[in-house]
Amino acid sequence: MTQKLGSFPGGLILNGQKKRSTQVAIRKMPLSKKLILPLQQHIGEASTPIVSVGDKVLKGQKIAKAEGHVSVALHAPSSGTIIAIDEQPIPHPSGLSALCISIETDGEDEWIKRQPIKDFTELSEHEIRQLIREAGIVGLGGAGFPSFIKLNPGVHHHVETLIINGVECEPYITCDDMIMRERAEGILDGIEIMLFALRVKNCVIAIEDNKPEAISAIELALGARPHLHETNVVVIPTRYPTGSEKQLIQVVTGKQVPSGGLPIDIGIVSHNVGTTYAIARAIKYGEPLISRIVTVTGREVEHAGNFETLFGTPMHELLAYCGTKRQPEEPFILGGPMMGYNLSGDHLPVTKTANCIIVGVDDGAKASTPLPCIRCGECATACPVSLLPQQIYWHSRAKDLDKAKEYNLFDCIECGCCSYVCPSEIPLVHYFRFAKTEIMNQQQEHAKADIARIRHENRLARLELEQQEKELRQQQRKAALVATQAAKAKQTAELSTKPQKTDSQETQ
Amino acid sequence: MLTAILAITLLALILGLVLGFAAIRFKVEGDPIADQIDKILPQTQCGQCSFAGCRPYAEAIAAGEVDINRCPPGGEATIHALADLLEVEFKALDEECGVEKPKMLAVIDEDRCIGCTLCIQACPVDAILGAAKHMHTVIASECTGCELCLPPCPVDCIDMVETKPKPNTWRWPDPAHIDLKLGDQP
Amino acid sequence: MTDYALILISTILVNNIVLVKFLGLCPFMGVSRKLETAIGMGLATTFVLTLSSISSYLINEYLLAPLGIEFLRTISFIFVIAVVVQFTELVVHKTSPILYQVLGIFLPLITTNCAVLGVALLNVQQGHGFLESALYGFGAAIGFSMVLIIFAAMRERIAVADVPVAFQGAAIGLITAGLMSMAFMGFAGLVHV
Repeated sequence: MTQKLGSFPGGLILNGQKKRSTQVAIRKMPLSKKLILPLQQHIGEASTPIVSVGDKVLKGQKIAKAEGHVSVALHAPSSGTIIAIDEQPIPHPSGLSALCISIETDGEDEWIKRQPIKDFTELSEHEIRQLIREAGIVGLGGAGFPSFIKLNPGVHHHVETLIINGVECEPYITCDDMIMRERAEGILDGIEIMLFALRVKNCVIAIEDNKPEAISAIELALGARPHLHETNVVVIPTRYPTGSEKQLIQVVTGKQVPSGGLPIDIGIVSHNVGTTYAIARAIKYGEPLISRIVTVTGREVEHAGNFETLFGTPMHELLAYCGTKRQPEEPFILGGPMMGYNLSGDHLPVTKTANCIIVGVDDGAKASTPLPCIRCGECATACPVSLLPQQIYWHSRAKDLDKAKEYNLFDCIECGCCSYVCPSEIPLVHYFRFAKTEIMNQQQEHAKADIARIRHENRLARLELEQQEKELRQQQRKAALVATQAAKAKQTAELSTKPQKTDSQETQ
Repeated sequence: MLTAILAITLLALILGLVLGFAAIRFKVEGDPIADQIDKILPQTQCGQCSFAGCRPYAEAIAAGEVDINRCPPGGEATIHALADLLEVEFKALDEECGVEKPKMLAVIDEDRCIGCTLCIQACPVDAILGAAKHMHTVIASECTGCELCLPPCPVDCIDMVETKPKPNTWRWPDPAHIDLKLGDQP
Repeated sequence: MTDYALILISTILVNNIVLVKFLGLCPFMGVSRKLETAIGMGLATTFVLTLSSISSYLINEYLLAPLGIEFLRTISFIFVIAVVVQFTELVVHKTSPILYQVLGIFLPLITTNCAVLGVALLNVQQGHGFLESALYGFGAAIGFSMVLIIFAAMRERIAVADVPVAFQGAAIGLITAGLMSMAFMGFAGLVHV
């Protein structure tokens, strides 16, 4: 490799803690009795159920359809019966519930008829995107953004490079590492499909240098495919958070994605290795996204490793399967120790974005009472997006949200570097998340208030119009009444005069 | 003495003319401040501030006739925003007007509704649908939770329910409750 | 030429109207809570101060002195200042309603801003000519705006910081102003004449 790598400011060198879960090959999590499938496992609109309670479904059968543009379909991970469509607790930092489809599995695990595609080059780009959308594929790196959208650059953008993200910079997580070691062929199939759909030739597979096995596996597989000569493996120095999309682009290309912009704006599309593999399965074998590889690790986990788990499998079953010493309702971390969040419920299902479950973090335990900020500036040095976390912290804390926004709060990627280095152990990212959701909420409320104002003004205008019409009608009626009365009076007057006249005539 | 008086009079006259000209030249139409205040108010049109809607209250604030702390639905956030805009001190919500409550939504118990249309006439944002002698219903997305439909209902079939946060409208809790530890005191 | 440059340096830094002469303290404390407001106030005051020192010079030179009625100086200066302020108010109201609202009472209060009358009277006292008066007024205004903006920027940061309860609000503001004043003492002796 002769390509010169770029860099981003800040970042951290962390203790990987990855060995624990890479000793054993990927194992299959046994089928669970009950699968709980939240309708929203991706960014965008929740999908709409197309089955009803009591229906029999087969493995891979579509049970909910995409709603709106930014949405994907959802499929039954195994055969069985729909037993409920109701609110269930979901793995979300709020601990709230959301609409889920629950399936009681019958143990048969019987597939629906799959439609594998022998030669995807016969399809149009649009057809490929539709297949990927219908297969329910979202970014498996953690964000869960519908993948078909990222494969649609639109007419205004020219894609130069496809970056396959195999960096996996966060400690503990090894699901991408393992998928690269064991399923390199599938990943390359996915790359071929994506290159075709995007009409690009140039592809970079970025892998951190702490995964030598994955690098050699991919390079070996790549050597057997001479037609992919413009696809290169780029070995990236291990540094957190290189796995974050925009930071990775900066490292690989040296170009920066503009604030508020998308990678496509600088001609880059990036996908996670897991997503790439899922796309290959969807096109080549006609298998929708119904499972993912989840890393289960941590001090309390006896048989740590990576498990191919069907969506909807309750996390506590997975933890029990790994021999976790854990009390019921004891909290665990979903995601990595840096960006993940604590969950404590027992019946939370594995979803499309659940990449790692950690029970018992060795070094991440932070004191719960932070000390006052000493303005040392360590956070600004560590920030990979060159923000001033300290300033944003002061303004978020004082609820001066406009000021926080002025300091580019929304460019924060919530990587947790600032909180990690803070000598006062201030939970900076928590403040930023709070400020972000608060601002978004205020914007929603403002939008709602604007609608209410318009409706109110329209109502007032309507009432006034009605009032005017009423008055007009009254006036007309009055005028008509006056007119008729006048006419009547005239008539009676005439009548009364006429007979008189006749009378007088008669008398005459 | 006379020169002094004359000189001052002349001075006053000239300056007066300058001001008079400026007053005509830089005349301001409308009241842009009231618009900005109106933008901050929550538009529930509930009348708890004793004005007939948000706009009249905004105009009264702009004219400096009333305090900024008379909007219970907006609560502290609105008072902060108003204080910020008008550069005045923050004031706690006037309890005379009401207390800050979580966001509510009116729900009509459709079994009890007799279809009298009284609530439709009371709703300031036309968020209730229905016709005479037919069951009414509230358009949930348009309801501002102003409670103005409650008093006219002859059968008390309207209930206010708290709007529950959904995962996509949920807010991270304010971390400010985390107390700072000011050193280990003996 | 050097004289004019010296007048500017002197009024802006060495004899800063706020921090050294202690004039115009009310807007300094009152309109320094937000940076944008402070900038607006600085602009308005610059406009008023320059214009009023020019017009008060003209009135003193061509009306009061020839007629020998210098005893009416203070009242006629106040007259002129009031008109200039009113004029500014009208212009600001037209061009920036929000600034008008934000400046609120402080805009008409520029009339009684001791800095404005002080500069006009100092001009007479020091026997400044036309250009000198204008520069003196302008320099004083720039000095005023500068420290007002610096102070507002500091107060914005103090507002969100952990200030001990007893010092919160005006107290920490006054302490900061005092420290700034001490810092400006360092400019004394900047220019050797």
